[in-house]
Amino acid sequence: MNTRKFLPILFLAGTLFVSCSDDDDNPTPVNEEEVITTMTVRLTAGNDVVTLKVFDEDGADGPTAPVVEISGNLAANTTYNGTVELLNEAENPAEDINEEIEAEADEHQFFFAAGGGLNLITSYTDTEADYPPLTGTNPVGLTFDLETTDASTGTFTITLRHMPKKPNDGTLADAGGDTDISQSFTVTIQ
Amino acid sequence: MNKYTLTLVFFFGITVLSAQDCIKTLSGRVMDFHDGVPLEGATITYNSTTMLTDASGKYTISGLCATSYAFTISHEDCNSQVVTIDLDKVSTKDFYLEHHLNELQEVKVSGAKPNKTSSSQEETIGKDILEKYSGASLGDALRQITGVSSLNTGSTIVKPVIQGLNGSRVLIMNNGVRMQDMEWGDEHAPNVDINTAGNVTVVKGAAALRYGGDAIGGVIVMEPNRVPAKDTLIGKTVLTGASNGRGGSVTSEIIKGYENGWFLKAQGTLKRFGDVEAPDYILSNTGLFEKGASLAFGVNKFTYGWDAFYSFYENEIGVLAASHIGNVDDLIESINSSQPSIIRDFTYDIDNPKQEVTHHLGRLRYFKRFEKLGKLTAQYDFQLNRRFEFDIRQTAELRKIPSIDLELTTHSFTSDFKFDSKSDFTLDTGIVLRYQENFADPSTGVRRLIPDYNKYDAGVFVTGEYNINDLVLDAGVRYDYNQIDAKKFYQKTRWTERGYDAEFSDLIIGDFGTQWLTNPKFDYHSFSGTIGLNYQFRDDYVLRANYALSQRAPNPSELFSDGLHHSAARIELGDLRIDQETSHKLSFSLQKNSETWGWEIAPYFNLINDYILLEPTSVELSLRGAFPVWEYRQSDARLLGLDAKLYTQFHTNWRTDHNFSIVKGKETDGDTPLINMPAPNFNNKLTFQKEDWLGLQMSVESEYVFRQNEFPPNIEVFSPQTGEDVLLEINTPPSAYHLLHANADILLPLGKNNTVKIGATINNILNKNYRNYLNRQRYFADEVGRNFLIRLTFNY
Repeated sequence: MNTRKFLPILFLAGTLFVSCSDDDDNPTPVNEEEVITTMTVRLTAGNDVVTLKVFDEDGADGPTAPVVEISGNLAANTTYNGTVELLNEAENPAEDINEEIEAEADEHQFFFAAGGGLNLITSYTDTEADYPPLTGTNPVGLTFDLETTDASTGTFTITLRHMPKKPNDGTLADAGGDTDISQSFTVTIQ
Repeated sequence: MNKYTLTLVFFFGITVLSAQDCIKTLSGRVMDFHDGVPLEGATITYNSTTMLTDASGKYTISGLCATSYAFTISHEDCNSQVVTIDLDKVSTKDFYLEHHLNELQEVKVSGAKPNKTSSSQEETIGKDILEKYSGASLGDALRQITGVSSLNTGSTIVKPVIQGLNGSRVLIMNNGVRMQDMEWGDEHAPNVDINTAGNVTVVKGAAALRYGGDAIGGVIVMEPNRVPAKDTLIGKTVLTGASNGRGGSVTSEIIKGYENGWFLKAQGTLKRFGDVEAPDYILSNTGLFEKGASLAFGVNKFTYGWDAFYSFYENEIGVLAASHIGNVDDLIESINSSQPSIIRDFTYDIDNPKQEVTHHLGRLRYFKRFEKLGKLTAQYDFQLNRRFEFDIRQTAELRKIPSIDLELTTHSFTSDFKFDSKSDFTLDTGIVLRYQENFADPSTGVRRLIPDYNKYDAGVFVTGEYNINDLVLDAGVRYDYNQIDAKKFYQKTRWTERGYDAEFSDLIIGDFGTQWLTNPKFDYHSFSGTIGLNYQFRDDYVLRANYALSQRAPNPSELFSDGLHHSAARIELGDLRIDQETSHKLSFSLQKNSETWGWEIAPYFNLINDYILLEPTSVELSLRGAFPVWEYRQSDARLLGLDAKLYTQFHTNWRTDHNFSIVKGKETDGDTPLINMPAPNFNNKLTFQKEDWLGLQMSVESEYVFRQNEFPPNIEVFSPQTGEDVLLEINTPPSAYHLLHANADILLPLGKNNTVKIGATINNILNKNYRNYLNRQRYFADEVGRNFLIRLTFNY
């Protein structure tokens, strides 16, 4: 090996990187997946419609806390039909997240819980078989019934779990999985 | 070159017979070519006369004539050298002989000889320990060194911690190349295959300035086996099998050396483990699949040489399934529950969450030795690090796309000149130029945790060493310039929340609706220096004292982290205002080594101004629930620690070893303990060794790790599930634990030149349940239980 040749090659290799470094291209913004900014729960009993809405403008990444809006009080001793709607409003037009849940109904489940002395019980009105591919017997929770009894005030918590154990006993502890949504609403029954 | 010399020998061999005025003398020293160690008892032969060098390698030959002579210089274990010298012109000459002794068979006793600095605390682990950990990671092996611990994520992601400090504060030199492998994250382990190293030295502190000025924690120097300059073919294969994880590793190395200095070296490693097991359950999704290969070739001549080195490393590491959590309620649930929320059957499959990392490293090096001056080394190296982190995501398609996709490319040019012609004084000076580019792929569908950036580094250093009898003084200074030029998107809400709108509005270069595109560009000037002494007295005592000043510029994670780290369920926030941290470290070591016993006591004090730390501060609410927020901030800190060792060879066959280390890290202001400080630990080992019984070596080891009683306060968080504030015990350390391990090795001859070493190890003999404060998965699961290991090492 001729060292006289080798040395310049080495220096050349060294200087090469200095000359190929300019790169003024700006990065492109990430098209964020899996963002849920808005959950709207619509409770309907005849003409009585109560909505529970939560909006988080910057998702789980951002510092802004979610804003909760409750349209009114629930009536005592009434059965409401409930639906859940999930949106990503960071996109324009807003992305319908329900479609994703429906497509993978067997991997998702909503859990409803009343706390702090709130007198209501919920029951699922859908199963995996309601969504394509129309198989499965476990509940999903995109629709549900909510039955109020005596007047009271407390928290109504909605949790969406991804990949829970299915079937489960209806408690979060038994279901496990990852939390996609966990939101409490302070609700009054009168 | 050799042939040429030989002809001359023959030629001059005849001419010298005609003697005339023979009053010339020739004097000088014979030294080891590599490290300049004087060689005692080297022979110098000319005509039919033979001389021997004295203890300091010196020789004097008088009565020579003013003509050319051919001298043959030889030493046991070295290749002989023939040099012709014209005595008419030259009267002093130093000879450098190259050791060709079989370094591969050499066992380096840990801590035997400092070779990176003279005055700072350092320790080397050699072949035996590295082979023992062949199937594990570098971080595992380094824990054998007192004062070195590790920050783990599970049992397979192991980050070395030196005297309480880790991450960017610890440099890793792999084969002369400073590793650039995203060491900023707590869950990013060094991307090196332990089997590429012939020995590993840990310098505890920043005193080894040639490697970098920012090694506030220390430097880990991995060096390959030296290739002897003689015709040789050496191979080694290590097979390891482990019961826990039901896997093993195989590594093989083959070295071909030639008399003329050429060499070729190839090495490869394969590791495969399934889920490891805690005493009571399987730790699901903790498998590992690692591949490594390296190739080196070149010429190692007497006065010059060059080599090319390339290594490839790839691993796929499963992250404990139960450690993927949704929000703070899940975390509370995990902390309160005694076992992980997901326990599945044993499998070799690695599912999400997982990491896939590849690292390419290429290096070209050239050196030339200038007579009576020193040695020039120039090196170019290239590194490409790709990191994918796969997460549990909402759809099967998304799960195939990594959540983190980073590509880090680094080019470095380094050069140094070592003036070592004076026997009592050496000076080493050099430069570093480095360019680095990070690219974060936007196709992940997750906001970038680390932005795109270009980084430029330049450094220059001078170090010197002065020998006065038994005293060695060393000192050095270094200057580094770093520039980081990033392009980063900030959510407008985050930008405002951080208060950047007031201070950094000039960084904004684009408006993307809900986000700003910004161009932070920061410069850092860092100064470092060291001064120390090494004093040997009363035959077997050595005293070392060292002061090191070092400055470290913030890494991209500390500056730019922003967002939800899905795999950790925490929001990590960097800060653009973060500036360099400056460390003043004083370290001492006093040791005694004799045949029957020895000890070392090594206290240190590290005062770090503007220490950068990451700790939980609060929670942020979102639709997904509450997430703990971990923020980077700076605070003055001090670390006070002690490493102590004792050994006794109380009988020819029996030896005991005792190690203790403790470090206390506090914020200067308010005395708040620093997060992630290793707990004190105390190791005791009893070894039985009998050479006659096939080199039998048996040992039992006790490892006691105290509870870390000093930790930062826990935080109060709002739990949406319970609707109230609860105490999140995120900082509370687990209890103390005591483990027992055993090991046995024998060496069997295989034919004439070959050997096989058979080793067996049992780790955690009592199958103890325990959790480790420095494991990020301590909230979720116990540590690994009992493990039987078998090792076969073939040398051929």
